[in-house]
Amino acid sequence: MIEGILIGLSTALSLTNILMVMVGCFAGTIIGMLPGLGPMTAIALMIPITYGFDPSTGLILMAGVYYGAVFGGSTSSILLNAPGIPGTVATAFDGYPMAQQGKAGKALAIAAYSSFAGGTISAIFLLVAAPSLSKVSLAFRSPDYFALMILGLTAISAFSSKGQFLKAMMMVVLGLMLATVGQDSLSDITRFTFNNMNLTDGISFVLIVMATFAMSEALTIIFRGKDPNRAAKQISLTELGSIKVNKEETIKMVKTIPRSSILGFLIGVLPGAGATIASFLAYGMERNYVNEEEKQKFGKGSVHGLSAPETANNAACSGSFVPLLTLGIPGSGTTAVMLGALLGFGIQPGPRLYQTNPEIFWSVIMSMYIGMVVLLILNLPLIPYIARILAVPRNYLIPLILFFSVTGIYLMSFNNFDIFLMIGIAVVATFLRLYDFPMPPLILAFVLGGLMEETLRRSLLISDGSPNFLWDRPITLIILLITITIVGWQIFSTFRKKN
Amino acid sequence: MRISPTKFISLLFLVLSVFYLYTAYNIQVFAFDESAPFNARTFPIYLGWAGIILSSLKIILPEKVTTEVNHKHLDYKSIIYLIIISLIYAAVILKIGYFISTSLFLFASYYFLGERRWGLMFILSFPFVAAFMYLLHGLLNIYLRDPFLKYIGVMG
Repeated sequence: MIEGILIGLSTALSLTNILMVMVGCFAGTIIGMLPGLGPMTAIALMIPITYGFDPSTGLILMAGVYYGAVFGGSTSSILLNAPGIPGTVATAFDGYPMAQQGKAGKALAIAAYSSFAGGTISAIFLLVAAPSLSKVSLAFRSPDYFALMILGLTAISAFSSKGQFLKAMMMVVLGLMLATVGQDSLSDITRFTFNNMNLTDGISFVLIVMATFAMSEALTIIFRGKDPNRAAKQISLTELGSIKVNKEETIKMVKTIPRSSILGFLIGVLPGAGATIASFLAYGMERNYVNEEEKQKFGKGSVHGLSAPETANNAACSGSFVPLLTLGIPGSGTTAVMLGALLGFGIQPGPRLYQTNPEIFWSVIMSMYIGMVVLLILNLPLIPYIARILAVPRNYLIPLILFFSVTGIYLMSFNNFDIFLMIGIAVVATFLRLYDFPMPPLILAFVLGGLMEETLRRSLLISDGSPNFLWDRPITLIILLITITIVGWQIFSTFRKKN
Repeated sequence: MRISPTKFISLLFLVLSVFYLYTAYNIQVFAFDESAPFNARTFPIYLGWAGIILSSLKIILPEKVTTEVNHKHLDYKSIIYLIIISLIYAAVILKIGYFISTSLFLFASYYFLGERRWGLMFILSFPFVAAFMYLLHGLLNIYLRDPFLKYIGVMG
């Protein structure tokens, strides 16, 4: 392990990679700050730029963007009460009231310190947990992987939007359907191409991500432009106040950070959960931990209330890398995008990544830590300047997002069929979003589609077509029972609401 | 009887699933693979059925959480303009090249979204695209096909 850490450190600390972490954190912060644009969009927009890099550098850039976007999301939550991403909604509960009291600078500093601490602690957990889990996951067989993917898709559907389980499951099926377009991996038989040569290789992952996130986000912002509830809020940048945190506030943060980090990391590891659930749970847990006097301050600018979700959402980001790096199965939409990028580099993440490409495995983990330091050192002093990006008018922002999306696709294929297809999918996705059909389950399903079919094929061939493979092995059975529990809980909660 | 938009979308999804399932059953597989436990049509057939079941449930079951959208607050005009500009951009990008088509796309998008600061619009289109192309092609060595720039000798 020590050798691996040193390999990772030497890769991550190369001049190019440090520069990439800095660029990634900075670009991620700016994109994440813009309401409506989250880490998935930020990473998707970065994909074309990573084409020219080696896999480690490309991944380090994307990891930096991920952290930067989460941090940027909290900035718009605190300053405008307009969370850039769902994971920072809970940050606004106490961050925005603090900003209204003229303590915006302090709120941003508390958020930055908490993010740094949460991210650092969970990066250490990841350092310890990932190699051990890699060894355990070598025992996984095709039926276990298949069951695990079913669990991941069910969990992301259950957690992605409250009360919309069926809608999310429909998006999962749609994502899997899109993944079956093109040549079958084993027999080379073309499916659902309707004699169109452009579809023979299937639909590109980057195209789906750009269409359902970057482009459809941009179209949604324009589409809802007349909505008075979504009208852009402005903030006076002279009212940020000091970014200094006093002793009493530091003590409060020190109490909150460890428990929120552990909770955030564990939630992040779970498939389908992630920064949003982690931040809400941490907020709720913190409220139960503090004394009665502190409890009264929640929602009115509490340090505990701001620190807890900020710590947890960053810890969950590191946690979400565990299933990706050790099993090759992303647990969230964002890590699904990263899996797609990894596959684009010709790398198959999973238990063997640790052995076959140790420099990638370790450099990503080490760069997470470096990313945290960069966020703290680079972003905190620059907050008053970075915050000005919130004033960029949508008239410029939207065309630029569309430009990056189209360029990303054009660079891949140099044909215009893909651009037409992307526009078509983006228009459909915009309408689906309007009626609360969530997109992350679609992305995760699309990424997992090929692997899912492959593991199902192997499992059915081994069991000679019998469904016994679902309960023959204890691991498969346990994973399946967890999936059934999640579905059962969804049905129960639906009926409970009805009564 | 008024059908809610969510149920209407579910109905469309049902139609899509039926069509998908029909196409899945018609996938040509090798003769020796016809009765194999798994062939190229197995997974799509499962998916087709899953789509039919889920969309039917959504249509049949009463809605607990309804999604209300106020159409008066939706800016149809701007989005239609943007989609048309994007389609024209996609149609001409191969013919007139990346640089000119992208710059014109950006300029037109700014205009249709209500921007009238001509100087800024110009800077954020032509010079911006040129700088981006230099970053990709010149610095990152990412090939960017542009027949027009190649013709006038700017790109190799």
